[in-house]
Amino acid sequence: MLEIKNLHVKLEEEDKQILKGVDLTVETGKVHAIMGPNGSGKSTLSYVLSGKDGYDVTDGEAVLDGEDVLEMEPEERAAAGLFLAFQYPVEIPGVGNMTFLRTAVNAQRKARGEEEMSAADFLKFVREKAKSLKIDADMLKRPVNVGFSGGEKKRNEILQMAMLEPKMCILDETDSGLDVDAMKLVAEGVNALRSEGRSFLVITHYQRLLDHIKPDVVHIMADGRIVKTGGPELALEVETNGYADILAEVA
Amino acid sequence: MSVLDTTEVKEGVDQETVDAVREVGGKYKYGWETEIEMDYAPKGVNPDIVRLISEKNEEPEWMTEWRLQAFARWEKMTEPEWAMVDYPKIDYQDVYYYASPKSMAEKPKSLDDVDPKLLETYKKLGIPLKEQMILAGVEGAEDAPAEGRKVAVDAVFDSVSVGTTFQAELKKAGVIFCSISEAIREHPELVKKYLGSVVPVTDNYFATLNSAVFSDGSFVYVPPGVRCPMELSTYFRINAENTGQFERTLIIADKGSYVSYLEGCTAPMRDTNQLHAAVVELVALEDAEIKYSTVQNWYPGDENGVGGIYNFVTKRADCRGDRSKVMWTQVETGSAVTWKYPSCILRGNESQGEFYSIAIANNMQQADTGTKMVHLGKNTKSRIVSKGISAGKAQNTYRGLVSMHPKAQNGRNYTQCDSLLIGDKCGAHTVPYIEVKNNSSRVEHEATTSKVDDDQLFYCRQRGMDEEEAVALVVNGFCKDVLQALPMEFAMEAQQLVAISLEGSVG
Ligand SMILES: Nc1ncnc2c1ncn2[C@@H]1O[C@H](COP(=O)(O)OP(=O)(O)OP(=O)(O)O)[C@@H](O)[C@H]1O
Ligand SMILES: [Mg+2]
Repeated sequence: MLEIKNLHVKLEEEDKQILKGVDLTVETGKVHAIMGPNGSGKSTLSYVLSGKDGYDVTDGEAVLDGEDVLEMEPEERAAAGLFLAFQYPVEIPGVGNMTFLRTAVNAQRKARGEEEMSAADFLKFVREKAKSLKIDADMLKRPVNVGFSGGEKKRNEILQMAMLEPKMCILDETDSGLDVDAMKLVAEGVNALRSEGRSFLVITHYQRLLDHIKPDVVHIMADGRIVKTGGPELALEVETNGYADILAEVA
Repeated sequence: MSVLDTTEVKEGVDQETVDAVREVGGKYKYGWETEIEMDYAPKGVNPDIVRLISEKNEEPEWMTEWRLQAFARWEKMTEPEWAMVDYPKIDYQDVYYYASPKSMAEKPKSLDDVDPKLLETYKKLGIPLKEQMILAGVEGAEDAPAEGRKVAVDAVFDSVSVGTTFQAELKKAGVIFCSISEAIREHPELVKKYLGSVVPVTDNYFATLNSAVFSDGSFVYVPPGVRCPMELSTYFRINAENTGQFERTLIIADKGSYVSYLEGCTAPMRDTNQLHAAVVELVALEDAEIKYSTVQNWYPGDENGVGGIYNFVTKRADCRGDRSKVMWTQVETGSAVTWKYPSCILRGNESQGEFYSIAIANNMQQADTGTKMVHLGKNTKSRIVSKGISAGKAQNTYRGLVSMHPKAQNGRNYTQCDSLLIGDKCGAHTVPYIEVKNNSSRVEHEATTSKVDDDQLFYCRQRGMDEEEAVALVVNGFCKDVLQALPMEFAMEAQQLVAISLEGSVG
């Protein structure tokens, strides 16, 4: 379970407040969606939760299964089960996708005091997961995200998520830039991972994705706060009417 | 450490082997010293010392003369100062020029005769690594024959060669692989013909000193048409304190032959500086090909710049014959100060020179390294790929010369020179010299300087890697083009070195 209370965040370099008191609880096993206008602070929330540099937490807390994540190093958060599918996945020239995955899987296992995965097991595992996401052998060999199309990058994020088996998955606009078929693949990938012990926080602008990944709860974020929370019908409302009504209502 | 994780492991690889290889991580892992009784010549250098070294090696008169002339010349020279390196003045009279393990007074007939302590030393150095690598599934390992690849090793301990392996098998193929002192005794006609023919005695301060006092080194001759049946390798180890190592390597690939040669270097951790001034000469005749790879990991000194090796090396290849080819690959991670420019004289028509380099400087290390490609023949080609990594307060300079002479029609050069900075207290400098003296040649130079990207590091860390692992992964990716050029015997060691040399460079 992820509990975010009264989270205030400003930029480290300038005096600009971005998150202005976020309250959000994602219960174990649930899928929550966050929607909200551009620039409302959705990606910032995901970065702060995963430990990116450049932000100052001025107030509030974020607790994952009883542990204060804001105190941890990014890799400790990862080992604790927090995963972020990036809105803009990063390219790493010269590092094979497979090498990257294997290094990540084993680093997390080591951090948790588990045995590293044997090469043979790893290969079996990665091939199986890659196949269901229609990621071919060539994409596994190529350098991480280098020259990948937008859709390939997003599928690659889901592959990493499937390999790392996190407890808390944050997906930042994983649906943007995907064609209809790829969207389905990604949604299937996510649905296959849904389980009692795993929670999701899905950031999206479109109802389309939520047709495939049925959320339990939908939040609307605006100007650094969660301004409204409801069921799946809230996403439909946004889809048809935009944000104007909701924002006027809470103002 | 995670270095092995960065290697693609093939299906079915035995995990135990992978783990065993992984064990070899650590700080400067070669920093121990072997306690062994040594014979020293008195400190300092003068004609008597030169004669003594010559005598110890049982050299003929012509060789002694050659050395004495070099010494006379050296006395009149001054130390060069143009490199972008800075170190206290070396007192050349305060160095031992000859040190040899006592047990070596009688030359061993085979490795069996070598002092077990020495062998233990080389075992610790991880020789040979080949089986581990094949099992650990290093890329390219599957191309090796089923029984595994053989590497013939010549080991040089302080001043003398302590043993060369696989000599008999090489002899069958007609390949001569022995210490240079043995070659001077047994193959004087070859030595006389080629020694100093690529790097003349008068070439530069350190090369001239080396010509006077070199104590040992390796010699290779590959006869016409022979493809050397195994990789040849030399491990150099400076053990004794206050000792300079002046080795001399001479490799001759006769017409249509091929040889791949690997060189590895390590030294104990000490808080005094030690001098290493080697000369390497390569001669490639018509249609011959030489691949020369170095993993240089001399002790770099500590974080404060105390101790470490001064590595002043002259390496040059003469592509003497038409269509000959030489490829230098180097991974330079060690030494306090490095001054090294492996070069190719492209004399033969259609000859080719290649230079692939990774130079890492961390803490207080200074590296001034690069290459010279001198195009003399028609249709000659050269390619330079240099990856410089600076961290800590280190300074890393690429210095390269590409020269197209009037007769080098249609010469081609391509240079790619990339620098990567870790932190903001280090420096990277690129100093390309280009001379084109004809109209048909083309020289291309591309250079980039970048910082290790925070977004890349965050991406890696979000996936669970700690900061050092993340840096090692990103840097190994940056170096990929060069790592791929290494023979697989060295590829894994090199990847590990990259990671180890950058430890403590972040955070
Ligand atoms: N490093 C930064 N420097 C300056 N401004 C920043 C920085 N990071 C975030 N911001 C600002 O904070 C606000 C929130 O940005 P954020 O990326 O979190 O929005 P978002 O809700 O994810 O938007 P979108 O839907 O467009 O992805 C924006 O106004 C953005 O410009
Ligand atoms: Mg965003």
